[in-house]
Amino acid sequence: MSPFSEDAVRSLKLGETVFVSGPVITGRDEMHIRALELSDRGESVPDDIRGSTLFHCGPIMRENPDGTWSVVAAGPTTSARMNKLEPEMIRRFGIRAIIGKGGMSKDVAEAMKEVGCVYLAATGGAAITLAEGLSRCTGHEWLDLGMAEAMWRFDTDKFGPLIVAMDSEGNSLYDKVSESLVRVP
Amino acid sequence: MIKLPEPVEDVVVNLLRLANTKLPMDVGWALEAAAGWETNEIAYTQLGAIMDNVKKAEHVGRPMCQDTGIPVFYVRGRFDSTIAGRIAEGVKRATANIPLRPNTVDPLTRENCGSNLGEGMPIIHYIPTDDDFTEITVLPKGAGSENMTRLAMLNPADGVDGVMRFIRDSVLDAGGRPCPPSIVGVGIGGTSDVCVSMAKEALLTPLDDENPDPVLRKMEEDLFVALNGSGLGPMGLGGSTTVLGVRIKKAACHTASLPVCVNIGCWATRRASARIRDDGVEYSQGVRL
Repeated sequence: MSPFSEDAVRSLKLGETVFVSGPVITGRDEMHIRALELSDRGESVPDDIRGSTLFHCGPIMRENPDGTWSVVAAGPTTSARMNKLEPEMIRRFGIRAIIGKGGMSKDVAEAMKEVGCVYLAATGGAAITLAEGLSRCTGHEWLDLGMAEAMWRFDTDKFGPLIVAMDSEGNSLYDKVSESLVRVP
Repeated sequence: MIKLPEPVEDVVVNLLRLANTKLPMDVGWALEAAAGWETNEIAYTQLGAIMDNVKKAEHVGRPMCQDTGIPVFYVRGRFDSTIAGRIAEGVKRATANIPLRPNTVDPLTRENCGSNLGEGMPIIHYIPTDDDFTEITVLPKGAGSENMTRLAMLNPADGVDGVMRFIRDSVLDAGGRPCPPSIVGVGIGGTSDVCVSMAKEALLTPLDDENPDPVLRKMEEDLFVALNGSGLGPMGLGGSTTVLGVRIKKAACHTASLPVCVNIGCWATRRASARIRDDGVEYSQGVRL
């Protein structure tokens, strides 16, 4: 259940399959930059970033006649693009879980270990299956960044499948795979 | 599928809808075959989620991936100078109606015009021929895979071994970022720009289409075996399904050059073509340029 407690996050084991239920926010490059810049200047940042489950995703959204939004498609984006920004995000806002694809750097793993945060791998491109778990869009911030880069809020119900690909002890499934890669010819 | 004559703008909307909602059959078959031999449990979960997603996207008529990419067009046959404007109008309508994600931004200000157009858009390659039709092909290219593009101006002395190593390392160093299992598009030779274009065009070649050049065919087969034996697996989480296919094109090059480009296509390598004649339009998803 999101939001996660530190204990819940630290108990997750590498390679485990999980489904998430509860509030999730989206954020990509521009959302990270905006949140950190506002906070640098001492300005207010949406409360729900703190301790959040942060989904690296730029969804396709459709606005309904009543002003609410529905999700059309929403899969993970490449997390490595946020490698430089994520350690500070995790430390400053106590991000508890990151959902993305492709994994993140050693610096991010270090911040995850320190704060108590886990990286959950979603299947890249599985945007319809994953969108089924995003049961309701509950709001958004910073639409001026564009549909993909804005921060979207979702209530989720059995969102997944997600693989625990980086745990809160600094272990990474991606490291294990890359250490044992066979390079022939 | 044969349809009555329709304006190019409508054909472009239909093409983008077809490409984004329905995976080409050859790519679907390759995924199914991969799931059949995959023994890694996590990899099998990933392939299962992908195939489940493909079925659902086609059923509900929504884009299979939220990154509907930048549409790259290839126009072949008979056409005139109005075609670019018509394709642009089609892209704008498709973005609003399907809907597609507005992806194009100014490279420096990062401002998004909301229509998938903007400076230099849409990207169109022209291939004039004496045929009695206009064939429009679209390849919606997502950024996850496109960002992994590598160009090397190798030394001729690096030879075929150097080319093979460069292709292999480009795919393996990309890890899970381009959404493997990938389709590997390769260009060998030409000048740098031609080499990059060939690598992207190679992604249009259906996976079940045999390369007519026996040397390239052998390289494709060897790379397919080597990459799937690497252990990278779907999404870089491990397993024996790293690529669905390798497609190589070549052109002559300068005696002092050996350009090689790798342009990776994600598992959702989407493509659609329409052949427009005076009496109707025929749609398909596997055309060799």
